[in-house]
Amino acid sequence: MLRGVDLALARGESLALLGESGSGKSTLLHLIGGLDDADGGEIVLDGVHLTGQSDGDRSELRRERVGIVFQQFNLVPSLTVAGNLAFQARIAGRFDAAWQKELVGRLGLEGLERRYPEQLSGGQQQRVAIGRALAVKPRLLLADEPTGNLDEATGDDVLGLALDLVAATGCGFLMATHSTRLAQRLDRQVTLAKGVLVVP
Amino acid sequence: MNLATLVIGLAVATALWSGVAALNAQARASYDKAAAVLGEAGAASFVAAGSSFIPQTSYVALRRAGLPVSPVLEGTLRIGGVSYRVVGIEPLTSPKSSAGGHLATSADLEAFLKQPGRTLVAPETLAELGVAPGAQPATEQGRTLPPLAAADAVAPGLLVVDIGAAQTLLGRDGQLSRLILAAGAGTETRALPSDLRETLRIEKADETGDLARLTDSFHLNLTAFGFLAFIVGLFIVHASIGLAFEQRLTSVRTLRATGVSLKTLIAAHMCEAVMFALVTGVLGVIGGYLIAAALLPDVAASLQGLYGAHVGGHLAIDARWWLSGLGMALAGALAAYGAGLLKIARMPVLAIAKPLAWREAQALHLKRQGIAAVVALTIALAAYVGGTGLEAGFAVIAGVLLGSALLLPLVLAGVLRLGERGASSALSQWFWADTRQQLSGLSLALMALLLALAANVGVGTMVEGFRKTFTAWLDERLNSEIYFDAAGVPEAREIEAWLGQRPDVSAVLPVWKAETRIAGWPVDVFGTRDHATYRDHFTLLAQSDGAWDAMRDGRGALVSEQLARRMSLGIGDAIELPTARDTWRVPIVGLYPDYGNPKGQVRVNVDALVAHWPDARRTSYSLRVVPGRAGDLIRDMQAALGGKLARVVDQAALKTMSKQIFERTFAVTGALNTLTLLVSGVALFASLLTLSGVRLAQVAPVWALGVTRRRLGDLEVGKVVLLAAVTAVLAVPLGLALAWCLVAIVNVQAFGWRLPFHVFPSQWALIFALAVLTAFVAAIIPVVRLARTAPQDLLKVFANER
Repeated sequence: MLRGVDLALARGESLALLGESGSGKSTLLHLIGGLDDADGGEIVLDGVHLTGQSDGDRSELRRERVGIVFQQFNLVPSLTVAGNLAFQARIAGRFDAAWQKELVGRLGLEGLERRYPEQLSGGQQQRVAIGRALAVKPRLLLADEPTGNLDEATGDDVLGLALDLVAATGCGFLMATHSTRLAQRLDRQVTLAKGVLVVP
Repeated sequence: MNLATLVIGLAVATALWSGVAALNAQARASYDKAAAVLGEAGAASFVAAGSSFIPQTSYVALRRAGLPVSPVLEGTLRIGGVSYRVVGIEPLTSPKSSAGGHLATSADLEAFLKQPGRTLVAPETLAELGVAPGAQPATEQGRTLPPLAAADAVAPGLLVVDIGAAQTLLGRDGQLSRLILAAGAGTETRALPSDLRETLRIEKADETGDLARLTDSFHLNLTAFGFLAFIVGLFIVHASIGLAFEQRLTSVRTLRATGVSLKTLIAAHMCEAVMFALVTGVLGVIGGYLIAAALLPDVAASLQGLYGAHVGGHLAIDARWWLSGLGMALAGALAAYGAGLLKIARMPVLAIAKPLAWREAQALHLKRQGIAAVVALTIALAAYVGGTGLEAGFAVIAGVLLGSALLLPLVLAGVLRLGERGASSALSQWFWADTRQQLSGLSLALMALLLALAANVGVGTMVEGFRKTFTAWLDERLNSEIYFDAAGVPEAREIEAWLGQRPDVSAVLPVWKAETRIAGWPVDVFGTRDHATYRDHFTLLAQSDGAWDAMRDGRGALVSEQLARRMSLGIGDAIELPTARDTWRVPIVGLYPDYGNPKGQVRVNVDALVAHWPDARRTSYSLRVVPGRAGDLIRDMQAALGGKLARVVDQAALKTMSKQIFERTFAVTGALNTLTLLVSGVALFASLLTLSGVRLAQVAPVWALGVTRRRLGDLEVGKVVLLAAVTAVLAVPLGLALAWCLVAIVNVQAFGWRLPFHVFPSQWALIFALAVLTAFVAAIIPVVRLARTAPQDLLKVFANER
């Protein structure tokens, strides 16, 4: 699926991954995030070689060093907004109440902490997803079409918040998107076509 | 998967229901055959006033007076340790609708009447005796039966012979049991010659249907169990159809949006329901046949042991239970489809596919269930307070079980909410919250599990309590070392004299018997002699002062609990016993338990018995023997007395026999209990398997956030086991309530006796372990499937282009 992809992302840098449907953007994100195991090649995250690692080791890496935001939000439906925001940070043992409070404020989620995901709008859900991913203070934030299910204004708003928070935490940010307009807001842009990286 | 669940649920529910229906139909067909030997239902007969035999001369006198009567002699004899009912008939005068009447018009008449005659038996009886037609088995009294011939019209366990042969076989020369009146003949004793008016009385047809009446409670209990199993099975069907409808909502919206009318959609669903019902109904009926065939030997043994009723050993295929099984399958399927169709019919076209937020849906659902539970429990309370009879007892049980099952999701949701509040770590909080979310998908299966576990606790408590009470009661009741029946009264006198010379016999205690009827119910009146055996060991539930002295002097009677309850009599009341001559009014001085006896029983002094029933059966005795000598004495009795003894049995053998009857009676209940639990296990498994697809979307985000699949698998098993464990804990008090209903209401109404209420905590532990094991087994396959799900499949949940 992916061939000869060679990509590096520095701490604090943001990179947009452009490409058509089926170009391999999500697959690349999943491999970098340790959600899937690559057949070959090498992926190094924060000094850790991911390729060939066990499910348990990859889970630990995801838990502690990676924040992931999905297009479908994929919040845990049985937990409240507060529960969702804190979930990853707590299972990673890195929960910081002050940081969580700051996230709630910066993401405009005040007053929504006791609500459940189904009681939120799409934009609110995606803000919770970004907050959940950043609550653990990850080294890398991965976002797979984070605005794909949102209208243009809300999408712009959500991405702006994500970029602000990325800047605040100093983590790397890799976003897969169809939109060249949104991609322009990130530091760098690369394009994937049929599994091959095309650098503009 | 959903289809498999639906088929399994409906087929299993139908199988259990139609299995029980088949057993009942088989038994009832046997009773009908037994009754039909003497003529169609409705034929009245003359019997001796006071239950003695009718002299044959009375028959001759009645025929000469022009009355269309036919003589019958009934009795019991034993062949190879098994009791058989003998009916002697006179085919030329028998009612045309009876077995004898059919014989009179057939070519077999000559063979039946001429020496050596014929013994007409059911093919099943031939098989039971293990002989071919034409064989002449000998009775335990050493008499030989006329050659056997198979006759389909004869009920199993019945031997139909010529009246003369019956008199010889039963040792009743010149005696008759009844004179059947031809249909249409008047039933007034005024029509009798004046010298017979005092000695004969008319017995109406409804008094002769004892077997069907006595066994009614047994069959009602069986039916109730079958119905419970059916309901448990329906929970599976309801769960799987509900899920199928949820999954179909999108397609339904598309179809509706493209112009398919609501009517067409509903008609299509109804056709589907009918098709499923017919296919699964046929599978269920076949399953029911197999279940009934497997349980029939135990049911037959129970009916034989408890009521002396012979039920054919080969299951007949009856169109009625076939149709009843299919009907139940159809009703079950339509009921389950009904809820989904109603939902579709009520929703606006574009709203159909919008799933109701689960929390909102669950809250609404729980509220509705809560209301239904209150209604069911109120009905139970109303039936308890205001109802009478066995039906009211079952209404109480049904209301309590249904109400509690409906309350279960509410209680579980409360427990899970408490758990969530008490949880400290993120994963444990998610564990409790997610279990609560899963509750709506599993609640029907858990309700089925609750019912099955409660039935196990309830019936188990009742059966164990009965076993404990029955064993203790047998030990006290069967206190004599030896019991024997003499072949006749003269032989009894000779045996008494022989025993009087034995130094190892400390007492010869007569247990003589007369039979009568009180308010249409058969009652045995036993005459016993005053002895320490009774005073020291015979358990009385209640007694007046000096009860045993009153008994000794013939001034009082002991009455069995069930007779006292039926007649609403107590200590100090007088019971009116129709005797051979008149009605004997005797004060009740004691009440005693008589577990398992469908007839009423009265115990009086033996001399009083003979005074009121001169023709009482004076051939049964019990013996008190010097310790350790019973075995030798029995051997000596058999050697010295031979044919004078009809039967001799020691205490241990009698106890073993009684306990065997008990065990076989409850073997059926046990089997149905296990099947019900199995059905609930299937329900849980099916629900989990069906839900596993949905669960993927719920657990995938948690996996993505860094929880391993293995850990998720453990947590998934934990959730199901937790729900099952809480359900099992709740099933214990519900089961005890059920046991109380069975002991205090159903048993009293059905059998007339009340058991002491015992509890068996070790049984609860077993049930709890069984529930947890059932949940674990049901959860393990879906969970292993989840744990082994490839990351690629889990990632599909997050894919943009799903």
